[in-house]
Amino acid sequence: MMRLVLALLAVFALAAPASAQDRLPPAPYAYTQLDDPALEAEARELMHTLRCLKCQSQSIADSDAPMAGDMRHQVRSRIASGESPEEVRNWLISRYGDYVSYEPRVSATTWPLFAIPVLLLLLAGGVLLRRIGKRRSTQGESA
Amino acid sequence: MKRLRITLWVIVLLAAGLFGLFAYQLSQPKDDFVRSAMVGQPMPEFDLEPIVESRPGLSRADLADGQPKLLNVFASWCIPCAAEAPQLEALERSGATIVAVAIRDRPEDVERFLAAYGNPFARIGRDDISEVQLAIGSSGVPETFVIDGDGVITYQHIGDIRDSDVPMLLDELRKAGG
Repeated sequence: MMRLVLALLAVFALAAPASAQDRLPPAPYAYTQLDDPALEAEARELMHTLRCLKCQSQSIADSDAPMAGDMRHQVRSRIASGESPEEVRNWLISRYGDYVSYEPRVSATTWPLFAIPVLLLLLAGGVLLRRIGKRRSTQGESA
Repeated sequence: MKRLRITLWVIVLLAAGLFGLFAYQLSQPKDDFVRSAMVGQPMPEFDLEPIVESRPGLSRADLADGQPKLLNVFASWCIPCAAEAPQLEALERSGATIVAVAIRDRPEDVERFLAAYGNPFARIGRDDISEVQLAIGSSGVPETFVIDGDGVITYQHIGDIRDSDVPMLLDELRKAGG
């Protein structure tokens, strides 16, 4: 039995996975931090809120996909050259749409998400006020 | 009492509608494509070195020379890129000018890829850090963009080009003024 398991393991170890992966080294700033710790912190915070396009439920900070590395390089080099994190985010949104950003923002399609809770809160407040008002007036009559 | 009963029915209907919506959305095929927001926009400024000796590199100026073109984003390590090679060949035979950007690739690998699957490209730019790919909103390989004579992106095809996509791409090229 043990021998069979070992033989199977050997087969799997020998079979190289068919990799659709490039052989180039990562982009300069994919895994290298910026020298200025303040800028690096800004870049890092931004990277955690940008979606990896290859591995769609991870952020580019969490992903080892080559494309995520290339996106980190863009983020770091743009921030190093003086762009603000929001400018970099907007640059990516103008390429890939809102989808690339994990930071929700008000737009033509998302405004109901922001408006509905406010409306519901106002509605609930109105109902509550009316009920309290009613109870007060009935209490006033019975007293 | 009657008002309460109507209110309850309204709630039941709302819940049923919500679950109906869930059922409908869950039965729809999943769309994993991230479409470029650059369709309709001019190509950004870029200038890429050549990757093979037989073809020049690619810059924005080459795409705004008055002739509409197909821009193929490919890589030698990408398997669907090999699968679409005959269709690119067919497009070129039908008169399309095709330029390409090679993503994260080595010259010797591209050389081997072109020798094996054919070279329908007039120019091939070398993009080692996916900068042009990111600048045009492409999220993978292969993708094919239609660029009009002024260098404006008019169409994006995501994934490999199938037989049935060839007439459609020629049509898009014609619409772009070809």
